[in-house]
Amino acid sequence: MTATTETKAQAAGAVPSFDVTVKILRSIPSDAPSGGYGEPAPAPTSRWDSFTISVHGTDRVLDALHKVKWEHDGSLTFRRSCAHGVCGSDAMRINGRNRLACKTLLKDLDPRKPIKIEPLKGLPVIKDLVVNMEPFFDSYREIQPFLITTGVEPTKERLQSVTERARFDDTTKCILCACCTTSCPVFWTDGQYFGPQAIVAAHRWIFDSRDEGAAQRLEILNDREGVWRCRTTFNCTDACPRGIEVTKAISEVKRALLTRTH
Amino acid sequence: MQTHQYDVVIVGAGGAGMRAALESSVRTRTAVISKLYPTRSHTGAAQGGMCAALANVEEDNSEWHTFDTVKGGDYLVDQDAAEIMAEEAIDAVLDLEKMGLPFNRTPEGRIDQRRFGGHTRNHGEAAVRRSCYAADRTGHMILQTLYQQCVKNDVAFFNEFYALDLLVDHDLSAGHIDAGQEVRVVGVVAYELATGEIHVFRAKSVVFATGGAGRMYKTTSNAHTLTGDGIALAYRRGLPIEDMEFFQFHPTGLAGLGILLSEAARGEGGILRNCEGERFMERYAPTIKDLAPRDIVARSMANEVREGRGCGPHKDYVLLDLTHLEPAHIDAKLPDITEFARTYLGVEPYTEPVPVYPTAHYLMGGIPTNVEGEVLRNADDVVKGLYAAGECACVSVHGSNRLGTNSLLDINVFGRRAGIAAAEYALNADFVRLPEDADPAGAVVAELEAIRNRTDGEKPSELRRALAETMDANAQVFRTEDSLEQALADVRALVRRYRNVCVQDKSRAFNTDLLEAVELGFMLDLAEVVVLGSLLRKESRGGHFREDYPKRDDAAFMRHTLAYRRPADDDGTDGDATGPFALNSLSDGYRVVFGSKSVTQTRYQPMERKY
Repeated sequence: MTATTETKAQAAGAVPSFDVTVKILRSIPSDAPSGGYGEPAPAPTSRWDSFTISVHGTDRVLDALHKVKWEHDGSLTFRRSCAHGVCGSDAMRINGRNRLACKTLLKDLDPRKPIKIEPLKGLPVIKDLVVNMEPFFDSYREIQPFLITTGVEPTKERLQSVTERARFDDTTKCILCACCTTSCPVFWTDGQYFGPQAIVAAHRWIFDSRDEGAAQRLEILNDREGVWRCRTTFNCTDACPRGIEVTKAISEVKRALLTRTH
Repeated sequence: MQTHQYDVVIVGAGGAGMRAALESSVRTRTAVISKLYPTRSHTGAAQGGMCAALANVEEDNSEWHTFDTVKGGDYLVDQDAAEIMAEEAIDAVLDLEKMGLPFNRTPEGRIDQRRFGGHTRNHGEAAVRRSCYAADRTGHMILQTLYQQCVKNDVAFFNEFYALDLLVDHDLSAGHIDAGQEVRVVGVVAYELATGEIHVFRAKSVVFATGGAGRMYKTTSNAHTLTGDGIALAYRRGLPIEDMEFFQFHPTGLAGLGILLSEAARGEGGILRNCEGERFMERYAPTIKDLAPRDIVARSMANEVREGRGCGPHKDYVLLDLTHLEPAHIDAKLPDITEFARTYLGVEPYTEPVPVYPTAHYLMGGIPTNVEGEVLRNADDVVKGLYAAGECACVSVHGSNRLGTNSLLDINVFGRRAGIAAAEYALNADFVRLPEDADPAGAVVAELEAIRNRTDGEKPSELRRALAETMDANAQVFRTEDSLEQALADVRALVRRYRNVCVQDKSRAFNTDLLEAVELGFMLDLAEVVVLGSLLRKESRGGHFREDYPKRDDAAFMRHTLAYRRPADDDGTDGDATGPFALNSLSDGYRVVFGSKSVTQTRYQPMERKY
């Protein structure tokens, strides 16, 4: 990865290489498993580790993490897969903001100061930068994120106008990275709250002209832990690596609840 | 260790795995094990679309689609499979729409369609609008939609479980078994990343849908997790792997980074230019120019660079020009890929052309299957209860070069077929009985513990870097006897060094250091076969281009390659190893034995491929 990026940096004659210090919050929680091998579980720890590495102008935070893992400390643990911002694996807190490590260029952060990297906030840490995503996916699954229809299926496709299709385009972009939900102060203090992502997922269906499940989804989100807990902080919109207007989607769902006719 | 028992176990939760799961879970007790959360799978990175002759915007039919697929694959396509795929494409798209996939629409509200490389009207007359799409995130929408349906149907997922062994009742890597003798699947051994615990999944049917292996190359569009796991597991158990020398290099990777920019950019009117500003594809493919199939475009680009017409300070890339397109059109049709250019290269595609160069993208070869998805153990016999679909499989609808959009189609058509076939087999089968003293996870545990407990040795990241570099340098778009011999020597040296691989992380929980080492082992096994197959195939066809044999040679090579892993002392009688396919190569304590399999031709006679 690093070598690949190097070629590009040289090719484009772009930003030269520079040194950067990454400061990473390392954790082993107290309930870390021993794997059923009869070995004692590792001692719980939580500490900041700093690594100074040489990087290139086009390198991303993910490249820095790989460099640390592959050249300095193989035990550094994080999730990643696609490495270009479409799979949603490597969401983490970078200098206090939720971002995807593969979409954050190091040169766009201030490289003169250490770059602080922490796991997402509000979900239980499994190890280092890896958190337990299950509570997040539970909320997603709870809002019934699938097409609900009644009646007989058409032989060919359901028709949908270009305008109807555009109505919910923004919220179809979601990659379930959890940047929004884990940036929400309400979610930090109340893990029961559905969180922005689940509301975005509901929005994607509520405003889809083909779907007939809006009433039941709105009822789910009318819950005490539903859409009304949103305090319109806009953290979620700022955090979304896909540029979804999350807060706007939430207000549209609120409005749909207020104007529903039954 | 935990043991589970399911009728059907599906390995992999990308498009093919989840499409299979939707079928088998309504018929049988099904589990899906996946090394990623399903929505992280690389299907989600596919951009441009999924072709089907819906004829929503212009005249089209599935016979034309079949022909394009066969010709695009340089006639190594099994034509019966291509016919099935093109015919079932229409329902596959309509099924997805009925599941709620938000396709772009025509003014009449129908599914919109656009042009794509190699897809033509009436056997090559002109480009046709066949690709059904959702902006430039069609794969994302397919992955989301299939996962949503799995949620609806309450499919049982084991997320972040790595499949580390395939269990069959005859280990064919231990020696030859006569043709016709029954071989049955038993299950899989998996590793739970969160805890380090081993799980044995016993199953009547197993479906492999584990994706590609692009990470054996340095410049690749593939996710870090695409390390060929399922293909390597089948191969290690002595099952053949087919046509591994055919790797697709996608023309438009972001220069130096390999990140994919969809062919849809050219489908929407983008043009490739060299340093003289020339639209060079006019010279290589006068009729369809920039929309020629990927192998041709990639080779043309590499040739421009080689002949000194590359761009940039090192003249090592060409340019993808979108500047003549309306920004509003770009925003509507290509929003994600233009953002990639901005984010990663700092280039504004409205006003500047984007630096691009071919990137390792897709493995045409894989685990051989018939059209029901049943895995073959030689040219004729199947393994009872074992299925494969998607990029890890080779059915073979892509032949020696896949057309754009046909992979999203492949996973839906053959994922569905494999899911149905696996379930139907399971409904009428019993579990294979294991001997009382069997330790099905023994081999996996021993390997993992050896790596984990080694205190000094080779660093996986070093070996991986060396592998990727030699594959890029010696087994990429252009190949020769010399370059391939170099790659073989390098890969074999790495295979030997790998025996002493050592990781720093010794813990149980979420040990990605350990799993990266295991994945490297898969890639090394497969890279050796890629290189040997490339050496064996002394011709140029589709994605495999030998500079020392630049012509296609139908007389000698119009056959699928099969590679088997066999013991070092095996006499190597497997797989119809005759003629040019008779290669039996002794490696580090085992043999790679080659054979071949005929290509199914129905109505299309091989012709010279011109565009």
